[in-house]
Amino acid sequence: MSMTMLIAISMLLPLAGAIVVSRLDRVPNIREAATLVTAVILFIVNILIFGQFTDSDAKLIVAEPMPNLTIAFSVEHFGMLFALIASSLWIVTSIYAIGYMRGHHEKNQTRFYTFFAVAISAVMGVAYADNLFTLFLFYEILTVTTYPLVTHAGNDKARKGGRTYLGILMGSSIAFFLPALVIVWYVAGDTTFASGGMLAGKLDPKWAAPLLLLFIFGIGKAAVMPLHRWLPAAMVAPTPVSALLHAVAVVKAGVFSMVKVVGFVFGTDFLTQSGATHWLIWLPMLTILLGSLVAMTRDNLKERLAYSTISQLSYIVLGALLANSLGLLGGSLHIAMHAFAKISLFFAAGAILVATHKTKVSELDGLGRQMPFTFGVFLIGTLSIIGLPIFGGMWSKWYLLLGSIDYSGPEFTRWALLGTLMLSSLLNIVYLAAIPVRGFFVSSDQKMAIKEAPLPCLIGMAVPALMCIVLFFYPQPFFNLAMAGG
Amino acid sequence: MMQQISILLVVLPLLAAPITALVRGKNLAWLITFVLTVVCFGISLWILMDVTTGRVIHYELGGWQPPWGIVYTIDSLNALVALIVSGIAAATMLYAPRSVEKEIPDHLIPMFYAMFQLCLLGLLGIALTGDVFNLFVFLEISSLSSYALISLGKNRKALFASFNYLILGTIGATFFLLGVGMLYAASGSLNMADIQTRFAEFENLQLVSTALMFIVVGIALKAAVFPLHSWLPASYSYAPSTVSIFLAATATKVAVYALIRCLFDVFPMQYWLEMLPTIMITLGSVAVIYGSVRAIQQTGMRRLLAYSSVAQIGYMIIGIGLINESGMTSTLLHLFNHALMKAALFMVAGIYLLRANSTELDDLYGLGKDMPYAFSAMVIAGLSLIGVPGTVGFISKWYLLEGAMQTDHWGVVIVILVGSILAIAYVWKLVEALYFAAPQKPRVQNVDSGSDTIAKSPMLMLVATWLIVIANIYFGIDTELSLGAASDAVRSLLGTGA
Repeated sequence: MSMTMLIAISMLLPLAGAIVVSRLDRVPNIREAATLVTAVILFIVNILIFGQFTDSDAKLIVAEPMPNLTIAFSVEHFGMLFALIASSLWIVTSIYAIGYMRGHHEKNQTRFYTFFAVAISAVMGVAYADNLFTLFLFYEILTVTTYPLVTHAGNDKARKGGRTYLGILMGSSIAFFLPALVIVWYVAGDTTFASGGMLAGKLDPKWAAPLLLLFIFGIGKAAVMPLHRWLPAAMVAPTPVSALLHAVAVVKAGVFSMVKVVGFVFGTDFLTQSGATHWLIWLPMLTILLGSLVAMTRDNLKERLAYSTISQLSYIVLGALLANSLGLLGGSLHIAMHAFAKISLFFAAGAILVATHKTKVSELDGLGRQMPFTFGVFLIGTLSIIGLPIFGGMWSKWYLLLGSIDYSGPEFTRWALLGTLMLSSLLNIVYLAAIPVRGFFVSSDQKMAIKEAPLPCLIGMAVPALMCIVLFFYPQPFFNLAMAGG
Repeated sequence: MMQQISILLVVLPLLAAPITALVRGKNLAWLITFVLTVVCFGISLWILMDVTTGRVIHYELGGWQPPWGIVYTIDSLNALVALIVSGIAAATMLYAPRSVEKEIPDHLIPMFYAMFQLCLLGLLGIALTGDVFNLFVFLEISSLSSYALISLGKNRKALFASFNYLILGTIGATFFLLGVGMLYAASGSLNMADIQTRFAEFENLQLVSTALMFIVVGIALKAAVFPLHSWLPASYSYAPSTVSIFLAATATKVAVYALIRCLFDVFPMQYWLEMLPTIMITLGSVAVIYGSVRAIQQTGMRRLLAYSSVAQIGYMIIGIGLINESGMTSTLLHLFNHALMKAALFMVAGIYLLRANSTELDDLYGLGKDMPYAFSAMVIAGLSLIGVPGTVGFISKWYLLEGAMQTDHWGVVIVILVGSILAIAYVWKLVEALYFAAPQKPRVQNVDSGSDTIAKSPMLMLVATWLIVIANIYFGIDTELSLGAASDAVRSLLGTGA
């Protein structure tokens, strides 16, 4: 099959899946099977693309609403990386979701699976976007299609969260991202991503920093403070949604866009020369620290994970803003590593919720001995996030550190960067590792027989946790993609 | 052959209107109107396809040679406007039966449809004619019928709104007529092309510049250009839904078209280049900000949309004032695009009016959840109004931005951005009220027992609304038709290449 065909299929397949799923309201088993089959085929399609994309510059042009402004798709290393992660985790999440949604007796499950598939289709569009315009388009579609998922519960609290979610993401993208897009198009005459950037020589370097700031604030999905409020608000969603969309798809679409903007719109060389990052890099630095600090104060488990995500996302933004190849490598590796680790954590949190209906960290004392598997998964995720060896998270932190040492900015900033990364790892230990420690070592006076979550949940949890370990020993596929991209 | 068909656009409604007025049954009256609008739409589409090749259709009424006789000259611009008018008319008629049934007393319904046809006739006539006095005649036909249509609104305030519009509209028409008269005194001609070719002969007369001022002010009043917009919000918010859809989507657009025609094809551009552009850009910018801010303050859905129209007309005026290709293109595109967005939004408002008997936002709290199709249509049209990529609103805004940047009007760029952010605010206000606000105790008024109008939206209304909504997206992605016609027209207006 030709490359353009495959790209088209990768977007149409989830849509077709969504239509099929939406028709199967009465037969839940077949409906879930349809979701799984779609997810597996999508993964295979992405593998096929992976197999042949290096020697292909195929481009799928869908429409050209205006001269030099096309809706077009092509495959490039970072996009491939993102598509592979998202589609593989869709399978895992689907398995998990079956256990969770049934175990938790959620309503409107058909709507849930339908919009889930549509959202994945939008993610594929983001991953394979050939130009900034297409990226923006699918970025917005992703916001809209995930809204029904966020407000799944349908009660006042869910709608309030959804309101913040939609308000911040849509508002920031239209107020900042869109003008930035227009400026890029006006300055460069084109928005097609080009390796090494397309603004060098066309944009006055003194305007690089304001433009980059527009992008940082415009890409609200990257949750750089002060535009992070939507992420905790979106935690009203069912856990599988939080897991895939808010640890993987949505937030990663945000940081992926950041990486694309830095690497393919500005170009690292141009950014370095313009010195635009000297001040802007403090934004992700502050977000890393503040995110971790706020996470420590949160007792609600999912909220704590949300703030941890905010903090971790800024690692990736930071890696992009380092504007050197090691930083980009670290940042894009962290997209992968954080995805697997964070999804393990969310799944574990969801499993705890399903099995015990507990949502607060302070209620988890002693649960680890009753749910050793779940807490084991949580521990693995935690250790990978902290970045300890034999867990995948180590590699990305390693390259981020190397990138920081290479940073071309002022001496003081470089030390601040190193300090931030070190300190943040320590904070991770405090707010994340405390949870399994409580679970395993603090004894509880509650005497209640608690069982592990349903089997599909356990299977769904085991896979990403295993991947965290596997990725330490075999990071090559992702490593090569990230390396070739930078 | 083609020439003969073009005149049918005017003749058909003229013939059908009296017949419709005589008909007794409301369904028959509707059917005649619907068929008529669809036929007109087909003809317009055909004409547009024919003229986009660069051909210009000339039709001499009664075989009289111009400049003595009346001539219809149809190029891409005329065809585009005719297409907008007839297309929206067809969609409105598809939408109309249930809503008209509810809002208009039974014995008036055939008259209502007849009046609607006359209004359509007037607007199509303006779009096609190449004669300034003839333009006035059609302007009056459309205006008089719209006064009558607006006054049929259920709320008693509709009478006042209509009267207000009547006074202001007549003042506008008088200004226009006086201007045409002066121009005739100076040039001895009423034919647009003739006046333009012989313009140098009487250019220096004081009378001509006075004529220009009178004509511009007259049309600006009809087009509701800020600060001459005061008739618009009340008229649109109290008119019957069908009327507000049709007028909001077409009437002001046609007036903007008339303005463009007079400025470019009656007076040569050089004549007013020194003076008007700055005024237009300033007024347009103020209109954008003022209209958007007022829209945010409104508590009624239709009033809010009406003020948003004032702002959107501001964009069109800015586009003309920029005097470059992108700016003009954006104005012409926006004629088309804004018609699509506003038609969709007013259609949704009409559905709410039908079901809830109100378009006041605090009566509609939480209704969006009960009416998912109407509500999601509103959201998409609202996104288009904001200018989100993938919708038509984005295309015209993009060209306007480009035009402003090319001519170094950075103030305008800021106005457009601020306008878009304000648009987010007022669209959000609708979403907030319809979806997020807690529903109040239902207040059911004026509903016969056993009636199910409260419970479901009529199919035809939804179909019409969604047709327009889909057009909002389709023409945001495949712009060949709208952009092709617009850029064609711009080239001939600005005289840059064939």
